[in-house]
Amino acid sequence: MTSAASLGLKAWLVQRLTAVYLAVFVLFAAIKFIWLPPQDYSQWIAWVAHPFINAALALFILSLLLHAWIGLRDVIMDYVKSAAVRAGLFAMLILLLSGCGLWSLRLLLKVAA
Amino acid sequence: MKTMLIRPKFLNLTKIHFPVAAVVSIVHRISGVLLSVSLPVLIYLFGLTIRDEHGYTIVVGLIDSIPGKLTLVFLLWNLAHHFLAGIRFLLIDLDIGISKTTAARGAWLVHFGAAGLALLALGLLL
Repeated sequence: MTSAASLGLKAWLVQRLTAVYLAVFVLFAAIKFIWLPPQDYSQWIAWVAHPFINAALALFILSLLLHAWIGLRDVIMDYVKSAAVRAGLFAMLILLLSGCGLWSLRLLLKVAA
Repeated sequence: MKTMLIRPKFLNLTKIHFPVAAVVSIVHRISGVLLSVSLPVLIYLFGLTIRDEHGYTIVVGLIDSIPGKLTLVFLLWNLAHHFLAGIRFLLIDLDIGISKTTAARGAWLVHFGAAGLALLALGLLL
């Protein structure tokens, strides 16, 4: 199915699946930072470099960007009527979000290596 | 015939009464946009913390300053509201809490819960 309606349904589903992962990770991170906050640079690096945390963070960034894309796309579609302005904003948004994604994944890889 | 297509409009935002659930909805939107806008700054700061000891100390110093703490609490308030309102929407998708009274109660819970978490963060940070 590639009709406009099925695409909208897919976005709706992705928005909710990413929301669940984001919520679980935020809760996990909040508990970690309240209970065992990193005391210095080496402890902080050790936490981010841990394979499990590093992978969970990468997945968090990917979910976050997908979630932000769908959310901001909906906001633009609701308030921007002109198709040309909309397309321009979408293109800009995709560029910015993919930039953020590549940037943060590079940072994560730098710590993991 | 054309005049029949003109419907009465009353969209004076200052005069419309917004039910509490509508306020949760619009704040969910505003907090989502604000969190998105803060994302590049947060990635930049994260990069600083992992770059070297010096960068880490700079960011810790920023979080320790009063403007830094207030900014952080404001962001956490946005996050808490977006988080709680999001859970409320997920529950509504599952047909939980959709009666008029429980929906309104849940909406108030989102507002007070988010404010409470923001105050808790303020207390922990100060």
